[in-house]
Amino acid sequence: MTAASSSRPVPVHAATPPVSAMTWMSVFGRLLAIQGSWNYETLLGNGVGFALEPALRRLPGGVHGDAFKAAMARESAYFNAHPYLTSVAVGALARAELSGVPPERIERFRTALCGPLGSVGDRLIWAGWLPFSSLVALVAFGFGAAPMTVVLLFLGLYNAGHFGVRVWGLYVGWKYGLGVASALANPVLRQGPAYIARAAAAVAGVAIPLAASRILGFRGPLFIGALACGAVIAVGLVRLHGRVEGWKLVLVLIALFALVSVAR
Amino acid sequence: MIEVLPVALLGGVLGLDVVCFPQMMISRPLVAGTVAGAFVGDSTTGMLTGATLELIALATLPFGASRYPEWGSAAVVGGAIAGAVHMQAPGAITIGVLMALATAWVGGWTLVKLREWNAWLAGRKRGALERGSRGTVIGLQLAGLTSDLTRAILLTGLAYWLLFPLARAMIALWSFDGMLSRAVTAGAACAVAAAAAWTIFHSARGARWYFAAGLMVGLLLLSFG
Repeated sequence: MTAASSSRPVPVHAATPPVSAMTWMSVFGRLLAIQGSWNYETLLGNGVGFALEPALRRLPGGVHGDAFKAAMARESAYFNAHPYLTSVAVGALARAELSGVPPERIERFRTALCGPLGSVGDRLIWAGWLPFSSLVALVAFGFGAAPMTVVLLFLGLYNAGHFGVRVWGLYVGWKYGLGVASALANPVLRQGPAYIARAAAAVAGVAIPLAASRILGFRGPLFIGALACGAVIAVGLVRLHGRVEGWKLVLVLIALFALVSVAR
Repeated sequence: MIEVLPVALLGGVLGLDVVCFPQMMISRPLVAGTVAGAFVGDSTTGMLTGATLELIALATLPFGASRYPEWGSAAVVGGAIAGAVHMQAPGAITIGVLMALATAWVGGWTLVKLREWNAWLAGRKRGALERGSRGTVIGLQLAGLTSDLTRAILLTGLAYWLLFPLARAMIALWSFDGMLSRAVTAGAACAVAAAAAWTIFHSARGARWYFAAGLMVGLLLLSFG
């Protein structure tokens, strides 16, 4: 897929096949399980076929027709993208299949979508919205919020973005079909990750000492010592450039600490 | 130990959320640890364990095919163990975090095996998939979902069943006081979180200054709070 030449998406004007609200609800429900059979061979491929299946039933001949079977075979092949942003592909592919776009063109389009939908989703969601939501909830935790408040704040904030992206993706995919590339030039997708990263960095700075204070339940020399030691270890982890995974280091440290505690 | 079954079922549902369905992040340690603690009657200890694990989990984001710890089932095990031995016991949170990290490691391995299992199932049905068989596509999806749910239930149930007696034995022998235990655990978790925040966000322009400003605000809040 080539980069968009303008920020305004250009709809593809093809005969719009009718798809009922119930069908869209079915497609959306299946999108939530799109990684159900994720594997190292076809990755998300089977999930894309699974999600598209209710819409493909509208093809001539229904589920027993040749068009349906050919489309199912095409759409269940290898596919890789971010699971949430795959809704863009599912919407666009549904439109292309139901509009009778030639199979070769659909396959090329399908292959071209993988890279952009993967990289945008990873930056926007996994490296942006998820840590941001988590850190906001940790700030609330650090301020002494009740367990239910912390949980609901995290789930509410994160899923507002999560479901928003999935619904938007399906909508623009269906609306623009093979022309959906221009919709990916949306400012939220292009500049959003950088804004979220800056906000998350600020929230991380607030969240880490506040959360540590709540976990410890006290402040004093031991608290300051814990933060200082944590800062030294953090600098070490950063300088190691990922050669040591933080969670494995913590596992080893705590296991040694526990061993000494029970053995002495 | 009568809570093994409900804890295993909870771990199954939350473990399924990690990859397969619905990825609403109910599997994040902050949520899973808190809910698991509530299951055994101490949501506050569950939340403290979950928050510690959440700080550590910031370093392992679920990018594509990368191998990462399975936090959903693991946080249920950690939160339930810490909640069951109660916060008053010195070392409860430390032991809950330790058990969760061990379970997360094994859980990450089980996810890899699940993906290989799914690939094997798909390979057996390649002919039907190439013919566009609707039943095969739906069947593979349901088989994958069921396998993941079963994986997560078994992982949580076995881990809780094996680790809870060990945790109780460790609590009985625990010699460090609660303050030191929590300081070590929280310090290590904060180190991972700070390193993760730097790694994730440092490429964004000015992010390091935003982080420094946030840190100043956090420390000021603690000073005056």
